[in-house]
Amino acid sequence: MRFTKDHEWVDLQGDVATIGITAYAADQLGDVVFVELPEAGKTVGAGDALAVVESVKAASDVYAPISGEVAAANPDLSDNPETVNDAPEGGGWFVKIKIKDPAQVEALMDRAAYEAFLATL
Amino acid sequence: MDAPETLKTTPLNAAHLALGGKMVPFAGYAMPVQYPLGILKEHLWTRQHAGLFDVSHMGPAFLELTSPSGDGDADHRAVAGLIEPLVCGDIRGLKPGQIRYTLLLNQDGGILDDLMIGRPSGPAEQGKLYLVVNAGTKEDDFAAIAGAAGSAARLGRADTSEGPGGALVALQGPEAAAVMAALVPAAGDLGFMTFARAAFDGTDILVARSGYTGEDGYEILAPAAVAEALWLRLLADSRVQAIGLGARDSLRLEAGLPLYGHDADATVSPIEAGLAFAVSKRRLKARDFPGAERVAEEIAHAPKRVRVGLKVTGAPAREGAVIADDAGREIGVVTSGGFAPSLAAPIAMGFVPPAFVASGTALTVLVRGRSQAAEIVAMPFVPHRYFRKPAL
Repeated sequence: MRFTKDHEWVDLQGDVATIGITAYAADQLGDVVFVELPEAGKTVGAGDALAVVESVKAASDVYAPISGEVAAANPDLSDNPETVNDAPEGGGWFVKIKIKDPAQVEALMDRAAYEAFLATL
Repeated sequence: MDAPETLKTTPLNAAHLALGGKMVPFAGYAMPVQYPLGILKEHLWTRQHAGLFDVSHMGPAFLELTSPSGDGDADHRAVAGLIEPLVCGDIRGLKPGQIRYTLLLNQDGGILDDLMIGRPSGPAEQGKLYLVVNAGTKEDDFAAIAGAAGSAARLGRADTSEGPGGALVALQGPEAAAVMAALVPAAGDLGFMTFARAAFDGTDILVARSGYTGEDGYEILAPAAVAEALWLRLLADSRVQAIGLGARDSLRLEAGLPLYGHDADATVSPIEAGLAFAVSKRRLKARDFPGAERVAEEIAHAPKRVRVGLKVTGAPAREGAVIADDAGREIGVVTSGGFAPSLAAPIAMGFVPPAFVASGTALTVLVRGRSQAAEIVAMPFVPHRYFRKPAL
């Protein structure tokens, strides 16, 4: 699993990367009440707006950490957005993206680097 | 979050930090937006049990005649006469111990603030009014009120901006009365929208049966020296949880209560804001408050826009979201919106022309460029459960 400074995680299996937000991000957001996800088939570039996660208080954008085509969006989050808080790095995943360039994933932080980054916040 | 080092703190700041409150800047104060429980659970706790809020950022004050005559009713009329030219409410008609929600208006009938004005119950305190104004407007409000009073009355602030000041805390929820009964027995005698002096550990406090959540409850003004002791004693009751400003906002939204600066501002009239109940019939007949002509005109005909409640399908529609009719024509804007924890659905308040205010009217709201279904619903979204004293 790899991580970004925007507090997303990326889990690459073959050419499909599963993407979600980290436990730190979920905790910072508070209770998630709505998640807006892209449709399958949408092409996204690294840095593009990918999803919107809404807490009681505010809406926050989630940006694509890597480029590719959306293969699937988590169907459970429309009825159970709280899964993002309960299992941010598991059942609370946002999307699966079919990627072309695995090097984009490799360039992200590993867990130790991410935890070191969190310690600086 | 600019210049947080200049933020004022309330007498309960240390208590918030000890509880793990997430402090944010709000109206110049460091205030807890939430505690570790989180906004959603804090909100639901208040609806089910009792929530404790620090609202010391607001502006409690007393307006007191400089030279009272000693005749209680005459003195009340005199002090009421000083503030009535600024507000549209019947202040003269307040009974001893009664509090009224009223509006400070500009010459165009626009709302400068919404506030509470109370007439103390004690015979020795006639010729005095208890005021509570909003945090963001308190400097302007107090300047206007002091100006109107001139030398006839003195405005004494009871907030923390001057001198030792006081703390203002709210205890809200269906179990608030039972909690207070154990600590301040006199609180149980209060009817909704009344207030009285009471004793906490031998210290004089002021207890009002009022609030901003739609629930039964109290707002308590206590000297800063006993604020933390009062807070901790209330919190020691297992029915009480500390509640931050985040849940305060979602609770008042569900209760259909406007938030000044969002659902009302200097361009919005009492009629547009759906606050006609705050306009005194006597005052309207006499046309003796600022903007009375506009208010009368809007009652006789119709205002250009009206504050309404919306039930939203899909993502929450927040402040600034465009409201459109079923043909996609822009008709208004959302002024407060979010997720309603009690309803597990998004709700919003906004302004639309009178033609669209009927409950059940199908509209749309624009969220991130996408059109979502919305429907006009009656407010409050969640029924009020204020305490009504049984008739004798």
